[in-house]
Amino acid sequence: MIQWPILSWLIWLPCAGAIVVLLAGNARPRLARWLALGFSVATFALSIVLLVAYWAAPAGFQFQENLPWIPGINTRYHVGVDGISVALIVLTAVIHILVVGGAWQIIKDKVHQYMAAVLVLDGLLIGVFCAMDALLFYLFFEAILIPMFFLIGVWGGPRRVYATMKFFIYTFFGSIFFLIGILYMHHVAGTFDLHQLAEYPFTFKQQTWLFASFCIAFAIKTPMVPVHTWLPDAHVEAPTGGSVILAAIMLKVGTYGFIRFPLMITPDASQHFAWVIIVLSLVAIIYIGYVALVQPDMKKLVAYSSIAHMGFVTLGLFIVFMLARQLGDSAMAELGVQGAVVQMVSHGFVSGALFTCIGVMYDRMHTHEISVFGGLAKVMPWFGAFWVLFAMANTGLPGTSGFVGEFMVIMSAFKANPWIALFAAYSLIISAGYTLYLVRRIIWGTAPTPEAAAMPRMSAREGWVLTGFAVCVLAIGVYPWPLMHLMDSSVAQIVTHVMASKLG
Amino acid sequence: MFNPQDLLTLLPELFLTAAACLVLLFDVFLTDDQRDATHWVALLALVVTIYLVIQGQPAETVTAFGGMFVRDHMAEILKVTVLIATILMFVMARAWLKDRKLFVGEFYSLAMFSVLGAMLLVSAGNLITVYLGLELFSLPAYALVAMNRESKLSSEAAIKFFVLGALASGLLLFGMSLIYGATGTLDLHQIFAAAGTTQQPHLLQFGLVFLVVGIGFEFGAVPFHMWLPDVYEGAPTPIAMYISAVPKLAAIGLAYRLLEVGLGPYAGDWRVMLAIMAALSLVVGNVVAIAQTNFKRMLAYSTISHMGFVFLALSNPTPEGYASALFYAVCFALMETAAFGVILALARKGFECEMISDLKGLNHQSPWMAGVMAIAMFSLAGIPPLWGFMAKVEALKAAIDGGMLWLAIIAIICSIIGLFYYLRIVWVMYFNAPAEGREPVSPKPDFTLRWLLSINGLGLIAMIGFSGLFYSWCLAAFGA
Repeated sequence: MIQWPILSWLIWLPCAGAIVVLLAGNARPRLARWLALGFSVATFALSIVLLVAYWAAPAGFQFQENLPWIPGINTRYHVGVDGISVALIVLTAVIHILVVGGAWQIIKDKVHQYMAAVLVLDGLLIGVFCAMDALLFYLFFEAILIPMFFLIGVWGGPRRVYATMKFFIYTFFGSIFFLIGILYMHHVAGTFDLHQLAEYPFTFKQQTWLFASFCIAFAIKTPMVPVHTWLPDAHVEAPTGGSVILAAIMLKVGTYGFIRFPLMITPDASQHFAWVIIVLSLVAIIYIGYVALVQPDMKKLVAYSSIAHMGFVTLGLFIVFMLARQLGDSAMAELGVQGAVVQMVSHGFVSGALFTCIGVMYDRMHTHEISVFGGLAKVMPWFGAFWVLFAMANTGLPGTSGFVGEFMVIMSAFKANPWIALFAAYSLIISAGYTLYLVRRIIWGTAPTPEAAAMPRMSAREGWVLTGFAVCVLAIGVYPWPLMHLMDSSVAQIVTHVMASKLG
Repeated sequence: MFNPQDLLTLLPELFLTAAACLVLLFDVFLTDDQRDATHWVALLALVVTIYLVIQGQPAETVTAFGGMFVRDHMAEILKVTVLIATILMFVMARAWLKDRKLFVGEFYSLAMFSVLGAMLLVSAGNLITVYLGLELFSLPAYALVAMNRESKLSSEAAIKFFVLGALASGLLLFGMSLIYGATGTLDLHQIFAAAGTTQQPHLLQFGLVFLVVGIGFEFGAVPFHMWLPDVYEGAPTPIAMYISAVPKLAAIGLAYRLLEVGLGPYAGDWRVMLAIMAALSLVVGNVVAIAQTNFKRMLAYSTISHMGFVFLALSNPTPEGYASALFYAVCFALMETAAFGVILALARKGFECEMISDLKGLNHQSPWMAGVMAIAMFSLAGIPPLWGFMAKVEALKAAIDGGMLWLAIIAIICSIIGLFYYLRIVWVMYFNAPAEGREPVSPKPDFTLRWLLSINGLGLIAMIGFSGLFYSWCLAAFGA
């Protein structure tokens, strides 16, 4: 058991790193890069320490720090992690190293500010996954908008201002209702502590309103249909690193919020309205899949595919109510939640890898248009191989991480209602459709222009970054047991909690 | 009955009076080259006053001169913040004033008299001291707004400010006379006692309405906000900074003394009036601010919307509500000094830096100033992890706990609207290239200005950690 406050270190080390990197100044980009890499690697090392320490006894919330923050309104600096948080923290730390590496020579303008924004995001995102006080959670949840606002707005594409304003105002719109929900909970229950709130017997009417306020925030963040429209714009305009963080981690903040708030605090309202979320998830899986099929822009295609994949996560989380409450099958319910979390982690790596690949191509041709590229297998053979691997993971091929989560969710959905499983499984066909169609157009065939045929080969740095992604994708795909073992007891706890009604 | 002990209670005010007179006299003997001495003496006087306020802080509420003057924790917090805001204004104004040949001794003595008025106002225990403090505070402020004699805009602003201000004090005075008529006393505590048992509740309510009008004017809440945008735009920038911070703090004292200490039994009446003004201010302030191209005018409408938040907190007449309002006003004052401070640091002769477009590409030329401005804007927008967020949370919480969920929902919808214009400033500074053919804007090489501004900006982040401590002071100030 670790005695020192490891979670605070994980949160604040990258933030302190951001200040150090800023002090390096615009004139010394090399120094800024190395400092950023150093801090992100240090954060990763800490996250591994956390993983190992948690692994020894994976049960309940550990490494808790509970200090008074604002006694006047009874809010505390309370952090702690369970298996799900640990998995997501390690994901965050890994992705940020790859983002810093991916931006190495690509970002030439104001390197220190870019790296500082990335490091701040690292710390704040870890903070979201640790927070056990609703107001503290909100603080991190909302604060991540600021660095992302700068990442898209300063280093983004031609319509970056539009995209970043839309992103900020859209997500702020959702989260501010969440804030009212938090304050209302405090008004009723007199506490911001997530454990106490999870135990507090809210009436059904209160739960309904709270559920609505949570869902606005998390549905926008996840994003779910029909409030997903900010995501394609943000992705298309964001720089590669911004896209990777957005897809790999920020979307998970939304689904993580679903676990911590609607599932734990308002289980009865969640059960009552689970069908809405399930229907919207299925719509995301099928309809957005079709939308992805026709995109002429690679980044938009992957953005839509992300929305479809996040549909699996919300499906897995809310199918629990049909399984646990109506059928009393807690084993299957656990499988659904576990599948959802595995899908979160897996999608983090797969979408991060795809956006990094697109970034590599963008750096050579300065466009995301699919029609510009072709015959990459000949032009950049190694790169083509990586592309195909990640594309396969995106379609959910067995042996890659994409398969595990989707399979678990579909299995639990089948138990709940075969029709739901049928629709969900249909997505495998569509995702294979849009992904393979994309691969056919850019990897196979011949280069459409002499420029596209003369693209320089992958550099060693790019190769290392993509190797990092590939290792994670394959590791989870081939041997997912450690990830599942990590969160087994946490998921069981959640399902037990969800099964008990709060209404007396 | 004169008690020499009373003079000790009033020591900070007496010291400041003497210092202001001294500065006025002392300045006459200086040549223009030696005027810096006035600046430093004035600053020193303010710092010593802060020391006297803190050092002589009584453990419990102390009154002087038969209840005319009250020295309690709320007054202490407000006085210290008023003094800090004024110190920031003095430091940030010096180079600006020199550039425009406005660096004169009157500026300092007028501002010091105005601060003295604010200090008396927040310590008032009697309707007479309330009125005296208010006038002593306002009259020098009118003169300060008109300080730039050559500017038409400045004179226009001063006339508007003066006429509307006089009208508001007239209304306030009328309200006071009605309350005197209904209760037969001017002492706020006796009014409180008499209000519960008065035979003429309608007369009292009638007077209350006029008091609320006066308070609304002082805050600049809708529908008594008309003077604010013109004064912000027309007044010399340092004075606009002063007007944006100090009157709001003084008004918290004014509102608490009149409404709670005096007319607490009528809380059910006035809280509804304040709630309506809060809703109107939030809507009008945020919507109109979007259309502004002048940065100072935009800040004026933003101020109006923030006063909506203060009223949101005040509409919950409990110690928590007042504490949240006090917290909000202090936080707001320091956000305004940061925002205006950047403008003052960037402005130079012939370049006021007061249009939003003047800030274009600031991050390319002066990343540090852009950073402070961005912090101020995000804080005003109420985005965590900045102090403005905490203030907003507490105000919203006060409203929800006070049973005004509807008002809280109006407030958050308005802050979504308001987010746009704060983000636009950040956008202009960070995402746009500097305008073609314009000289690089860099901050003045004024050492104290840069440091104070940096501390001010970073303080807005750091205070999120100290919010707990500060909020418990605020709560303690209202006896919770």
